[in-house]
Amino acid sequence: MTNLDQTPLLSVEALNKSFGRQAACRDVSFELWPGEVLGIVGESGSGKSTLLNAIAGRLSVDSGKVLYRTGGNDIIDLAAASEAQRRHLMRTEWGFVQQHARDGLRMTFSAGANIGERLMALGQKHYGSLRDTALDWLQAVEIAPDRIDDLPRTFSGGMQQRLQIARNLVTRPRIVLMDEPTGGLDVSVQARLLDLIRRLVQEHNVACIVVTHDLGVARLLAHRLMVMRRGQVVEAGLTDQLLDDPQHAYTQLLVSSVLSV
Amino acid sequence: MSDKTDMIKVENLDKTFTLHLRGGIALPVLRNTGFSVASGECVTLHGPSGAGKSTLLRSIYGNYRPQSGRILIRHDGEMVDIVHAQPRVVLEIRKRTLGYVTQFLRVIPRVPTLDIVAEPLLARGAGLDASRARAAELLTRLQIAEKMWDLPPATFSGGEQQRINIARGFCADYPILLLDEPTASLDEANRKIVINLIDDARRRGTAIVAIVHDADTRAAITTRLLPLQSQGVAA
Repeated sequence: MTNLDQTPLLSVEALNKSFGRQAACRDVSFELWPGEVLGIVGESGSGKSTLLNAIAGRLSVDSGKVLYRTGGNDIIDLAAASEAQRRHLMRTEWGFVQQHARDGLRMTFSAGANIGERLMALGQKHYGSLRDTALDWLQAVEIAPDRIDDLPRTFSGGMQQRLQIARNLVTRPRIVLMDEPTGGLDVSVQARLLDLIRRLVQEHNVACIVVTHDLGVARLLAHRLMVMRRGQVVEAGLTDQLLDDPQHAYTQLLVSSVLSV
Repeated sequence: MSDKTDMIKVENLDKTFTLHLRGGIALPVLRNTGFSVASGECVTLHGPSGAGKSTLLRSIYGNYRPQSGRILIRHDGEMVDIVHAQPRVVLEIRKRTLGYVTQFLRVIPRVPTLDIVAEPLLARGAGLDASRARAAELLTRLQIAEKMWDLPPATFSGGEQQRINIARGFCADYPILLLDEPTASLDEANRKIVINLIDDARRRGTAIVAIVHDADTRAAITTRLLPLQSQGVAA
């Protein structure tokens, strides 16, 4: 097993977050390895999205560490990092795909500008090469190149979501967080998006944390799963182990509640 | 590789299912199960329905989690206990050492047949062309018409999907193969093809553990029969 990395990309240690007296994340710890897709599943209100937002530094945490190994091989505790440091990472080495594309896109910018924004923030100014990159990425996410100057609101829900993915992946992030990336989309649109995410994640060897309540999505995308309930991780393991041989009562309930077609 | 290398060693395996949704009743399936499989062997699990054959096979693949015991898998020349290995180590073992073929194909939306079959080889780092060429060879051998290769197999017949799954399982030449009813819904001609495929792999040194209900197929591929009784006490 000499070819496996010896240090994780991300180590979350004993993370706690409460809203008032309501604990949203209780003592959550896990590691994420390069290229690994980790799924977080559980019902609404289980703390999945809070955990994701806390990891991304969008929410302050009450206690715990979010240790990230940067591209330069420094270890940074994101829970204690400065706003500037965190912002820089979020624009470069991290991506965040929102459930609602309109929250993750700039709706008053063209599709091309949406893709180019992160690159411009990194100092790329050459208009021609930004446009070429945008065209490449539109193609990668299966959007016709002649839509480059159109506003995202003229796109369908599935196209907006694919544009949001392109916008995030353009800087070749090392970690992408996704909050219900296929939620609210038609089944056929979902399948296309899932296939696309699966392919891009493999091609670019990007580590992902995907929050979903859809076990089918989890089965298809994630290498490993964590099941959350009332802010706690009740069970974790390989995706197929968890879905085919669930041990915890709550995981058994989740798995048995899925309609199969 | 010498003929007698142990590839799988199962030791004192216990597996009980606890059904929390049914008041926590416990179903013991495997108890103190132990055996080993050497390269070039095809061990067939034999016993009545409910004896734990599939449970044992899934445990060897790291899909089911036994309560106690070890399952050592020879991976990169070392014996690794798949029961207690980290998830990413289990995935590594599956990628390069351990293949698993069931009668059911888990279809990935939109991915064409040829790529579904080529994927295990591609994942292992073989190039796209080489992987597709090997996939094409297997699909041809298993009599899947070339006009179907570009289509996702979601709408194919059960027998076609099963053969695609077999092609996928044999594509990467794993040192260990686990087969759960690989010929279940195949016609006579295709069953013969699969039997030959299994036998070829075994002669090349693959260690095989199989579950086969059909007596003729079992006789044709088996080098050693492993009886399992209810509660899975193996000889």
